[in-house]
Amino acid sequence: MARYQFMSTLQQTTDDVLKLAANHFRVPREQLSPDDDFFKKLGINSLQALDLLTRLEQHFHIELPDYELAGVSDFRTLAERIQSRL
Amino acid sequence: MLDFHKYNSLGEALRDALDRWPDEICLIEADRERENVRLTYRQFKEIAHPLAGALQVARFANGARAAIIMTNQSKWLISAYAIFFCGGVLVPLDYKLTPAEQLKLLAHSQAEYLFVEYHLWRAITQDEAFVDFGPRAVLVTEAPASADLKGALRWEEFRGTYDPVFVPRRRQETACIVYSSGTGGRPKGCVLTHENYLEQCLALTSLYPFWPGVRYLSILPTNHAIDFMVGFIGPFTCGATVVHLRTLRPEYIRDAFTRYKITYMSLVPMVLKNLERGLRQRFEELPKGRRKLLNAAIRVNRAFTRNKPNLKMSRALLRQVHEAFGGGLQALFVGGAFTEPKTLEFFYDLGIPVGNGYGCTEAGTVITVNDLKPFRSDTVGKPLPGVEVKITNPDAEGIGEVAVRSKMIMSHYLDDPEMTAETIVDDWLMTGDLGRTDTTGHLQLFGRKKNMIVTEEGKNIYPEDIENAFEGLPVKEFCVFAANYLWPARTMIGEKLVLVAHLELGKAFTEDLAAAIAERNRRLLNYKRISGYFVWARDFPLTASLKVKRGELAEQIRQSASREAVISL
Repeated sequence: MARYQFMSTLQQTTDDVLKLAANHFRVPREQLSPDDDFFKKLGINSLQALDLLTRLEQHFHIELPDYELAGVSDFRTLAERIQSRL
Repeated sequence: MLDFHKYNSLGEALRDALDRWPDEICLIEADRERENVRLTYRQFKEIAHPLAGALQVARFANGARAAIIMTNQSKWLISAYAIFFCGGVLVPLDYKLTPAEQLKLLAHSQAEYLFVEYHLWRAITQDEAFVDFGPRAVLVTEAPASADLKGALRWEEFRGTYDPVFVPRRRQETACIVYSSGTGGRPKGCVLTHENYLEQCLALTSLYPFWPGVRYLSILPTNHAIDFMVGFIGPFTCGATVVHLRTLRPEYIRDAFTRYKITYMSLVPMVLKNLERGLRQRFEELPKGRRKLLNAAIRVNRAFTRNKPNLKMSRALLRQVHEAFGGGLQALFVGGAFTEPKTLEFFYDLGIPVGNGYGCTEAGTVITVNDLKPFRSDTVGKPLPGVEVKITNPDAEGIGEVAVRSKMIMSHYLDDPEMTAETIVDDWLMTGDLGRTDTTGHLQLFGRKKNMIVTEEGKNIYPEDIENAFEGLPVKEFCVFAANYLWPARTMIGEKLVLVAHLELGKAFTEDLAAAIAERNRRLLNYKRISGYFVWARDFPLTASLKVKRGELAEQIRQSASREAVISL
């Protein structure tokens, strides 16, 4: 599996996560910030969050098991989980 | 299907099933597009028996308690069978709980053995409460070669070399201890006997039979009472196949239907609604002409299936929809929480019967289920064969607390005679749910009598269990309630939790306090969060041992405050 463009910093990863979440759930990017609770901010349930995870996997060219999302509810932590697999 | 009357234990029934259908596929484990495992009943036995043999060499005692914390996968079922074979008591724990919660339940259950996936084990060993870890042996699955297992053994290498000896159990002995909730406060460990399960299996399969060739898609956690019964014991004792998915991603669930030609699947309302949303979206994207044709086919199907399902006709009329579900789907089962009638109707109109049911762990899983004769979206069906349901103290509209009596009712709550006595009264299980039966014997639910909520994912949340998260708030005292308990609402949709705070004398509610509540709330898992709070000006009524008299406080609040007083978070 191809690695995500060379070395991405955590900040870049977080930015990408926010952009993709905004696109995926059709909300303005500027309304989202790293510490937002994505369940609440996007009004989504855990299955919809898993949907987002798939979108993120495609973008970063990684595989994230479902359990990586367990207990995660803010974009920053999600980005950290992704970063650790890049 | 096995004759359940002749068996005394789950282990005995499963052992016979493995010998009766040696060449049938019993288990497929898929992960995304990969298939990890495909086992016949014979191969399942060839893996499970050496595990049982090794347990016996390790002096696994008759009646020993063994916990499993795993996602849905083949090793879950293999481990469970080995435990039953050795006469053990299974303690299935929720892999989605936090490590601290898992440790708490391990301690409460006094499990001596633990079967656990590596990533979950790693999290448990990193928790500060790990110092009090109780089990004397831990078997870890899928651990990397270089992993530090902290004294645990590798499941894959834990194999005996001699034939294990089957340990018989009596019908009335404990088969499982299943936690229905109580991770934060008072653990509710439902002690279920072999008879409870064998009777449940008999009743369920009389309505919805399994047979060799049936493929059941398992996506609910196997520790969940529904999946344990309908996604393990039921299919295995009928020679059917269980398909495990190690991911809950909607696209892989959709893919599994077609790839494995699924016959049945159980799900919770949230997943069903998600499937509905996806289908509606696809229908909307159809060109206008095709959408018209689809709507016409749906209308015809609705008219011709009013009295009973007609799968053959529905599959012909709505071919593409049914092909998207693999073409062999007989029914979906939904339970664990309340499902909105319009969702059930949506699927039924497409010719996909949904067996809407109602139950709880304490009742041995299912209490009522729709028999589809005819389909009813406004009820949770009729009692299973062998189950009596009565409405206690009905009001003028016939609504009262649902009570249940059957051989499937749990024996008791582990180490909690007081709560057992409150819950099982003269052999009747008091469910805490409000309902009414109609003239055809169907049960309708109207809300809850007890202070709890059930999420769309089928999780029971007892407010007292989440109060720990708010400890240390700068208030005099606080309590968490289900909003529908404080202000009864005849609905089971959109249940919410609220925090009631009583401030220190002379203190005002500040933004800092609001922020502190929000911050603590964020630390809770998403589905456990409170949705709002309100300030209560009086002292809480307390018992002699200074515990809050919740019922009395709720009554006071009910009388002098309204739902509008709640400030949303």
